[in-house]
Amino acid sequence: MSDTVYLTAFIAVAAAATFATRIIPFLFFERHTEHPLVKHLGRFLPAAVMALLATVFLQRSADWDAALPGFDAILAGTLVVIVHLWRRNALLSIAAGTATYMVIRQSGLLESGVIG
Amino acid sequence: MNSLVFRLTLPILFGYLPLGMAFGVLFTTQLDYAWWAAPLMGVVIYAGAGQILAVSLLAASAGLLEVFIAMFVLNARHLFYGLSLLGQFRRAGWRKLYLIFGLTDETYSLLTSRPRSQDTLKELDIDFRITAFNQVYWVIGCILGALLGRNVAFDSTGIEFALVALFIVLTIEQLKALGDAFPVWVGAAAAGVAMIVLPPAHQLIGAIAIVTAVLLLQYRNLRAKPAAEGHSHV
Repeated sequence: MSDTVYLTAFIAVAAAATFATRIIPFLFFERHTEHPLVKHLGRFLPAAVMALLATVFLQRSADWDAALPGFDAILAGTLVVIVHLWRRNALLSIAAGTATYMVIRQSGLLESGVIG
Repeated sequence: MNSLVFRLTLPILFGYLPLGMAFGVLFTTQLDYAWWAAPLMGVVIYAGAGQILAVSLLAASAGLLEVFIAMFVLNARHLFYGLSLLGQFRRAGWRKLYLIFGLTDETYSLLTSRPRSQDTLKELDIDFRITAFNQVYWVIGCILGALLGRNVAFDSTGIEFALVALFIVLTIEQLKALGDAFPVWVGAAAAGVAMIVLPPAHQLIGAIAIVTAVLLLQYRNLRAKPAAEGHSHV
């Protein structure tokens, strides 16, 4: 598959999946909004999925071969939590964590040195 | 009417411009595709966290089935937004399809929290304009970010952490809204199990399956409890 074909297919699939989540209730659930299972999933699923994604991508962004394994991601992630609990400003929290992670990665701060 | 809509959507302008720009910068610095694909995604996909996740899926040349499942599940919360707007959108006519398409987190919170008059059609017209204004802000952000990322040379190593940070922030917000940490622990534990037993390509789908199963079990237990108590009285 060429790059352009892949990108086009990718965008089409991503758009279809996103639109599906938005239109399905209007197509199939007109009569089931009060069903307890729907309410139960509506209450708990979003939080569980967010925690799942945060965990998977936090693990993937960490350097597990460094002298302090995983500390790059753990430090930046902890900072996001602290800043967000402190100011509750999403953009500020994201910017602070990302900037910290970039500095750690680009300076090679935790890769060798300190211990190894 | 447009100035009223602009005032209503101003807070979203301040949220969407920087987040759209972050996506645009991420797209052009992480990937080799043409810059205009970033705003194109803002036009046809129109989902903040979804588009940022899409950058890492594109970088990994993910299979299309995985793309569909990952995007669907990430945006699954939208399923529940629609459920609470079934009545409100019922008489929207030709506007309905776009109102549904544009149902992002921010648009949903605005449409469900603003005061409404008795004039249903006028209110639906305002809903429609709010949705359109918000998407315009988002697409402008995507364009600005894509051009910035392409034209300003800087070392962007590590910028992909923005996705992780976004998910952490959304988790905290969900936790605060819910007041119950159980689903957060279920999600994190499911991710942990999936990462230990599955290869990277199947971890997301596996973790999602575990989470769904646990929530269904929890539902069954909650339903069974009152019934069991009923039996003990017989």
